[in-house]
Amino acid sequence: MNLNSLRDKLLAAARANPPSDQVPYAFEKRILARRREQPVPDLGALWTRMLWRAAAPCVAITLTIVAWSFVGGSATTVPTETGEVVEFSHDFEQTMLAVVDEQAEEFW
Amino acid sequence: MERPDAELIAAALQGDAASFEPLVQKYSPRVFATARRYARRESEVEDIVQEVWLKAFHKLASFRGDAPFEHWLMRLAVRTCYDFLRGHQRNRESSFTDLTEPESDWLERFVAAPESASEAADAAKQLVARLLEQMSPAGRLIITLLEIEDRSVKEIAELTGWSVPLVKVRAFRARAEMKKLLARLARDKYL
Repeated sequence: MNLNSLRDKLLAAARANPPSDQVPYAFEKRILARRREQPVPDLGALWTRMLWRAAAPCVAITLTIVAWSFVGGSATTVPTETGEVVEFSHDFEQTMLAVVDEQAEEFW
Repeated sequence: MERPDAELIAAALQGDAASFEPLVQKYSPRVFATARRYARRESEVEDIVQEVWLKAFHKLASFRGDAPFEHWLMRLAVRTCYDFLRGHQRNRESSFTDLTEPESDWLERFVAAPESASEAADAAKQLVARLLEQMSPAGRLIITLLEIEDRSVKEIAELTGWSVPLVKVRAFRARAEMKKLLARLARDKYL
């Protein structure tokens, strides 16, 4: 059997029989109805959902830091060359609240 | 009087969903004809066309208007058909042992005298559909666009989003795949 000739014959058959372009009755109405059924994305709801999802890791990080500062407080103190004891949790808090402290001082 | 596409698209983008209806009416025949090249069952064809139109509506804002709407829509249609083929590739049959009687007769006529086997026969149409169904999704898409619809490599690259060299490579592979399938057809039928 000549495969190239068979291929050409079958491809010619496919070209000679193009598929129908018939559209089912009222198809456009169905498309518009389907489009209306689809929920419109609510950006506010998406943002709220993302915030709720982010809340759990934030609470977990806060609790870890609080626990670390209470339980592991002694492990984070380091004596400096001058003999002064530096507590990391205290330094961390001061750094975080530095802006608020400065504003409070200016205000008073 | 028929409103131009650009006007209908602008109205649809401003929230007038009804303006989309004339576009669906006007271009659905082409989308249906394209989908019928890749899906046999009418329910699958309708699912594909519906998906094309829903995608078109959601992505309408990305239509820049520098090419006709029909070209943009056909790109969406071809890509949706390709996704359909990829999603259904497990359903591909694996042999030619279950040919129908008219298909077998047509092949026998072809072996005896190739010119006597008419390409207009239903059996030839069924055989080519069977052959295409067994091809890989990319191979089937390329053969359909290149050999059956007679499109150029550049046109195929635009429709599929593939680069021109990739289309050439896939066309080469698709022809080899088709030859292999035809060899299997000959072996299953005559050995």
